[in-house]
Amino acid sequence: MLDIFDILGPVMVGPSSSHTAGAVRIGRMARVLLGAAPVQADIGLYGSFAETGQGHGTDRALAAGLLGMRPDDLDIPRSLELARERGLSVTFRTVRLREAHPNTALIRAEAADGRRIELQAASTGGGRIRVDRLNGVDVNFTGAFHTLIVRHQDRAGKVADVTRELSNARVNIANMSLCRSRRGGDALMVIETDQPVPPVARLLIGELPGIRSLTYYQREED
Amino acid sequence: MALDSLEEIVRAAESRGTEFWQVVLETDCEERQVTAQASREKMGGMWRAMLESVEQYEAQRRSVSGLVGGDGAKMRDWAASGKALSGGYMQEVIATALCVGESNACMRRIVAAPTAGACGVLPAVLVPLWRSGEADEESLLRALYVSAGIGAVVSRRACIAGAAGGCQAEIGTASAMAAGALVSLRGGTPEQIAHAAAMALKNLLGLICDPVAGLVEVPCVKRNVVGAVNAVSCADMALAGIQSRVPPDQVIDCMGDVGCRLPVEFRETALGGLAATPFGQSVRERMHAGSE
Ligand code: SF4
Repeated sequence: MLDIFDILGPVMVGPSSSHTAGAVRIGRMARVLLGAAPVQADIGLYGSFAETGQGHGTDRALAAGLLGMRPDDLDIPRSLELARERGLSVTFRTVRLREAHPNTALIRAEAADGRRIELQAASTGGGRIRVDRLNGVDVNFTGAFHTLIVRHQDRAGKVADVTRELSNARVNIANMSLCRSRRGGDALMVIETDQPVPPVARLLIGELPGIRSLTYYQREED
Repeated sequence: MALDSLEEIVRAAESRGTEFWQVVLETDCEERQVTAQASREKMGGMWRAMLESVEQYEAQRRSVSGLVGGDGAKMRDWAASGKALSGGYMQEVIATALCVGESNACMRRIVAAPTAGACGVLPAVLVPLWRSGEADEESLLRALYVSAGIGAVVSRRACIAGAAGGCQAEIGTASAMAAGALVSLRGGTPEQIAHAAAMALKNLLGLICDPVAGLVEVPCVKRNVVGAVNAVSCADMALAGIQSRVPPDQVIDCMGDVGCRLPVEFRETALGGLAATPFGQSVRERMHAGSE
């Protein structure tokens, strides 16, 4: 999809659309997918994020996103102090990854109730991002669409069950991918949609047999 | 229509008897499934943010490395002395480009256009005209649509990131966007808009991306000045009826081709150009020492 506001925009705190704005979005994506405020986060920086991240404020940008800030928040430079004040402990380290995009972050975050998430995402330019791995499974989504992430049992008919509910809710699928850890084990469906997925539809999908968990990311306008 | 050719936009505008900006606005409405009003409101937000990025400049701020800050104010003072070589508008263009580029390096709020590194070019040529009352908000919004359309075509046919195509892709594209915007503000034809953009891009062809220590500071801030000043001269040439001999779309394709062939040292890796000078390396070492 072409969005002229990717060319003229985003409104953001400098200095780099990939190293700052994209990093904020990655942190925020982790928070949204976690579904709660993280209290602890371990952030691995890879490639150019590790090389020039500090000068670009990539560390502060990722922490700002985890705190729920958007790329234009003037508090981004102060995010590490704010994290301490708000009870989020963040640690940074350099990581080695195989075949990852040069601007990649690996975030392990935990909420107060014990919920955890592990997310590997890349900042792909102009502030856009792409999630490459989620909780150990390869995925590929960007946050440019509403995104439904369904963890389910690898069994015949699951995709049909889920897409039927979407079709009933008149939600059109833009992109979709399916990946499993092993036959009969856990599988992950990532569905990007044109329309937001209404809460009822999400509830119905969550109650389908064989569905283990459901995470939803609603596209954000900024 | 897809915004993938300047020639097509020009032809569409001429055959429908509309303007360049209208074609871009209509495309945005189609692509994002929004009303014209919603699109214009969003563009209005971009304009206000751009204006703010100029107004919020503070001369005492410094970047992380300490290399950037205060030059916008120096340029304003020199202009105020009455001894500057350039005329009133051009003085403001130079000072504004410096101010916004510095604000970006100092982690202030800016509008990426097309990237954060090149964020000073467009406000540098537009805001002075707004301040002097020579351009009203409506014509400025139209000019922004023109610039977005040009940027979209460049991003489709070539690239707009320094990491992909060198600085010609960032400052060069910003300059092309700004040149087209200026022609639109002065009532030029769609064809003149395309030629202004092409000339601006041609003049910066081959410009490498070589940020010292990998930071968007040196030479980035001052390159915003060259992008803006180049845009003004190309807009004036186009308005005078001067054309790019090489057709505009071919110039864009050529920029993409040159970008792909630039050695990786010259594409934001901070391994070549100014970044590799003894000075550049000393800054890099200092930054590394500071982070340990
Ligand atoms: S030198 Fe590189 S980082 Fe700096 S403005 Fe040009 S393209 Fe951007």
